[in-house]
Amino acid sequence: MRPGRRRVLAAGIATLAGAAFGAAVLAQPRERVIRITARKFEFVPEEIALKKGEPVVLEFTTADVLMGFNAPDFKVRTDIVPGQVARVRLSPDRTGDFDFFCDNFCGEGHETMSGKIRVTA
Amino acid sequence: MNESIDRREFLKLAGLGGAVFASGLAGCASMAGAKQDDFYFVQLSDTHWGFKGPALNPDAEGTLQKAVAAVNALSFDPDFIVFTGDLTHTTDDPKERRRRLAEFRDIVGGLKNRNVRFMPGEHDASLDNGQAWKELFGPSTYSFDHKGVHFIAVDNVSDAAARIGDPQLAWLKSDLARQDKDARIVVFAHRPLFDLMPQWDWATRDGAQAIELLMPYRNVTVFYGHIHQEHHHMTGHIAHHSAKSLIFPLIAPGSKPKREPVAWDPTQPYKGLGFRGVDAEVQKAAYEITEYPVTKA
Repeated sequence: MRPGRRRVLAAGIATLAGAAFGAAVLAQPRERVIRITARKFEFVPEEIALKKGEPVVLEFTTADVLMGFNAPDFKVRTDIVPGQVARVRLSPDRTGDFDFFCDNFCGEGHETMSGKIRVTA
Repeated sequence: MNESIDRREFLKLAGLGGAVFASGLAGCASMAGAKQDDFYFVQLSDTHWGFKGPALNPDAEGTLQKAVAAVNALSFDPDFIVFTGDLTHTTDDPKERRRRLAEFRDIVGGLKNRNVRFMPGEHDASLDNGQAWKELFGPSTYSFDHKGVHFIAVDNVSDAAARIGDPQLAWLKSDLARQDKDARIVVFAHRPLFDLMPQWDWATRDGAQAIELLMPYRNVTVFYGHIHQEHHHMTGHIAHHSAKSLIFPLIAPGSKPKREPVAWDPTQPYKGLGFRGVDAEVQKAAYEITEYPVTKA
């Protein structure tokens, strides 16, 4: 194969690969971002409405103390550190109501600090 | 609270109205060839000194004293007494936390038996990594031997994330390494080491690692608190027994969607509260009996 032809072929493969990558990016559903504030001693909002199969990113912030988010039904958790944004990805595979709670002991009202993920069809 | 309480019996506490749970120590009766004396210890848990909530306990400022009097009224002297955490109810104020811990220490100073062991709960220790608790009660992780039984106190509360943590797990591993696989081992913890109800915060995040370390030992029993009720569970051959609270009971695991306390019942004051006596017995003759009916040939 002549060098010139090889370059053209390589460019063609690169173009095809780029097109495939672009198609993959376009095919991916955009993740909705839901921002949640954790504060003593509640999540705001405390109810998160999702659609079954909808991929979302939950973004947590707090200005108080170290807190946690734990949704055991979906096996997701994260620490929520003051001054930082904590993110978890979630794509619910079931409908129903699912509890989440703060799992870092954060103060006098910690034990009531919880919320609900409501997943509909 | 002047009624004496006999060993190895379930009895009503005159003042508390609760029952003493006399529990055999799993593994003790099954030890072959080991020579040790019988002994008895008392476990109290979740006293939550400083709690205020008349709907749950209108005698919150008097229940601990009644428990102390009840232990003092036992007709025999326990070998030792252990408090498995949540000595005080949590407060965000560090000064108030120390005040409550000091008041608790003063009240239980009325126990006639001076061999008392303490452990923290998350209400005592999670907001300052156990600092105030340790100032008043010393190390929160320790082990000791008593009449042939090796006792280990595991702190799964000073980390606000409900973790034992790698340094303490390493200590546990080295402590266990000095024991025979047949050794009689008792673990004290505040939270359950197994996943009882993680969604109710009734778990230890790395508790499975502690159980894995304990699993090679054939005679292990865990006594814990935290869930404010008696509960019994096996992880393999390891028995886990939770103790009642001395402030208010909580509902049974999974009985409702959310964890909640049980309201005070004025017709049955102190219902669901109490403490526990644990009997460690030397091996006794045991016979397993099977009955066979006569059947038509």
